Amino acid sequence: MTDATAPTGAAIAPQVTTEVQANDHAHPDLRVWGLLTFLVSESLMFGGFFAAYLMVRGAASQWPPEGTEVELLLPAINTVILVSSSFVIHLGDVAIKKNDIGGLRKWYAVTALMGAVFLVGQAYEYATLGYGLSSNIFANCFYLMTGFHGLHVFIGLLLILGVLWRSRRAGHYSDHKHTGVEMAEIYWHFVDIIWIVLFALLYILTQFS
Amino acid sequence: MTNVPVEGIKIPDIAHPEPQNNWRKYFSFSTDHKVIGIQYLVTSFVFFLIGGLLSMVIRAELITPPADLIDRTLYNSMFTMHGTIMIFLWIFPSLVGLANYLVPLMIGARDMAFPRLNAAAFWMVPVFGILLMTSYFLPSGTAQAGWWSYPPVSTQNPTDSVITGEFIWILAVAISGVSSIMGAVNFVTTIVRMRAPGMTYFRMPAYVWTVLSAQLIQLAALPALTAGAIMLLFDAAAGTAFFNPEKGGNPVLFQHFFWFYSHPAVYVMVLPIFGVFSEIFPVYSRKPLFGYKVVAVSSLLISGVSVLVWVHHMYASGTPGWMRMLFMASTMLVAVPTGIKVFAWVATIWKGKLRLDTPMLFCLGALLMFVFAGVTGVMLASVPIDIHVNNTYFVVGHFHYIVFGTITMGMFAALYHWFPKMTGRMYFEGLGKVHFILAFIGTNLCFLPMHLAGLHGMVRRVSSYDPEFAFSNVLASLGGFLLGMSTIPFILNMVGSWAQGKPAPDNPWRAIGLEWLVSSPPPVENFEALPIVVSGPYGYGKSDPLVENAAALKEG
Ligand code: HEM
Ligand SMILES: [Cu+2]
Repeated sequence: MTDATAPTGAAIAPQVTTEVQANDHAHPDLRVWGLLTFLVSESLMFGGFFAAYLMVRGAASQWPPEGTEVELLLPAINTVILVSSSFVIHLGDVAIKKNDIGGLRKWYAVTALMGAVFLVGQAYEYATLGYGLSSNIFANCFYLMTGFHGLHVFIGLLLILGVLWRSRRAGHYSDHKHTGVEMAEIYWHFVDIIWIVLFALLYILTQFS
Repeated sequence: MTNVPVEGIKIPDIAHPEPQNNWRKYFSFSTDHKVIGIQYLVTSFVFFLIGGLLSMVIRAELITPPADLIDRTLYNSMFTMHGTIMIFLWIFPSLVGLANYLVPLMIGARDMAFPRLNAAAFWMVPVFGILLMTSYFLPSGTAQAGWWSYPPVSTQNPTDSVITGEFIWILAVAISGVSSIMGAVNFVTTIVRMRAPGMTYFRMPAYVWTVLSAQLIQLAALPALTAGAIMLLFDAAAGTAFFNPEKGGNPVLFQHFFWFYSHPAVYVMVLPIFGVFSEIFPVYSRKPLFGYKVVAVSSLLISGVSVLVWVHHMYASGTPGWMRMLFMASTMLVAVPTGIKVFAWVATIWKGKLRLDTPMLFCLGALLMFVFAGVTGVMLASVPIDIHVNNTYFVVGHFHYIVFGTITMGMFAALYHWFPKMTGRMYFEGLGKVHFILAFIGTNLCFLPMHLAGLHGMVRRVSSYDPEFAFSNVLASLGGFLLGMSTIPFILNMVGSWAQGKPAPDNPWRAIGLEWLVSSPPPVENFEALPIVVSGPYGYGKSDPLVENAAALKEG
């Protein structure tokens, strides 16, 4: 996934290179490794929320309780958008590996747009559900989990916008130097996978009880 | 021509890392792992003194049966802050500091994998430490629910404040968690990816194995505490009811989250000290570490089992019988890899040419007290005993033999042992021995009688007690004050030696290890040429060289 030839840290910010020069020894670029270890940890935090959700669900007599039913159509559309955006972002990665900056910019812009639509959709859902965070234990879980996931989508969106911003400069990314592009993509896939589990727990499991 | 005109020299405009041997670098956003390591160690020691001061007040209150010294609310705040500071601001950061200093040197790397992330993780420590301290100035006072912060106690808000001490507490613990995760990502990546040529996994010093095992636990278990803390925060501040049974929540759920992390966390704390034992015993016995590979792998085994035992803290929390049995068995299982290590250390010292310098004394003392704590630990793991003594001073005695007797004493051993490397100066041996004697007597005098009080039924976290327990408590308080005093020779020694100790040679202990092949203190970036490692870490009594290019490691 990473290319070992990528010059150190150059994709983060220009001053990194000077720092490395100042120390006159090359420093290996292990950012993708770092991101992956971090995401393992992150996913376990969501795992904690999932476990808590399943435990309170197990103890409840009716799930979701009266008056806090979930919407299905809008989240389903949102799911389709988010899942397909994971494929779109990959096209951007494929493009940069062929040194096609235009392609990278195009597909990353489309992904960003899809992410933004997802967030707007979620905000609309929150506004129209008719209950809030503290309504009951189901609402607690629902808002906590989707809210946290939404925060992650937002961060992923910022990463993608960061890639777009940096790709303005010719030569910033190329076929052998695109760690930053890859990190944004990995993060986006992560956000996507978490959503699939969330969707199953919050929207599908709630249909049968 | 000897006088080169100054104008003639072209000074490169990039600030070259001159040997910035001045104290200012310790107050800067340095990315050098050695500077960061010392920053961690000094900062955490300051908090150790603060936490220690609180414990002095606790012991002063408990020297007499009635609650006569401080207000009960203040007392609650005292033990809560004492525990929180000692765990999150002394043990964790000091161990991370030691690992920061040693790991890159020991594996032959020039720095950590992510130097700036490393610096950022360090600077969060003073930030959340000071944040935690500010809760003293709130109308609500500090958090008062103990270091485990169980709801419903922790979600109370009797003063009806907007910002409560508990709120600040959760925030501080959350920042500490972020800092720890950043550290864990950094350590795991560094150890897996940055080892010098020839430094295979089974040539890494056992200390590095323990750090790897400990940091893997952080990655796997800390997220649970983060999740639990977030829900607690929402319960306390945003009207949710995750842990409120009246509204469908479950308070025991928090205990699960807390202990799913905090039991493994005890191994995050103790594993690196096991590593310190494995480094120090061979040096001062002049013998290779007995069963090195088994000792190395047992660290990973401990990590693995440690995430499967947390319910032993909840035997009395309405836990069903089958679950108690299961967790009793898994807890006792941890004793196996731990016992293997103890056996290996004893076999290492056995018939060695022991040199009783301060680091060795601290290690021997710590090992002794660890064995004792392991025995009381297995007692606690057994359900019938725990039902009798849970929430008593027996538990307090047990874990203080670990956190003070083993971890803090082991940390002192490490500080003395690597002090010459870190500072380029020798410490004063006499003061070190005084420190050891005071600390060893103090620890046992303070924490041994607690077991007795606990077995007789003295519950923990109270400021007044039945006069029946007075004798144990007087002893404990005297021991506590002795411990307080024992830090004085230590501070004098560290400050005095750093300022005017004898200059230290590269390898004052004739120890084997990459860190001893470079100068004391090592230069920025550690190694001039990366070491090419050709043999295992504990070649005591043999004459195999450790690296192929010893001469090239040092500049000039
Ligand atoms: C190796 C390092 C160890 C550390 C750092 C450690 C630390 C602790 C701490 C902090 C507590 C108190 C929790 C609280 O009530 O607030 C505790 C309790 C306990 N420890 Fe350990 N311990 C260690 C070793 C062991 C071992 C080897 C065992 C058993 C094989 C053990 C078994 C227990 C049990 C069962 C309790 C629960 C007692 C109760 O709350 O009722 N510990 N330990
Ligand atoms: Cu435990």
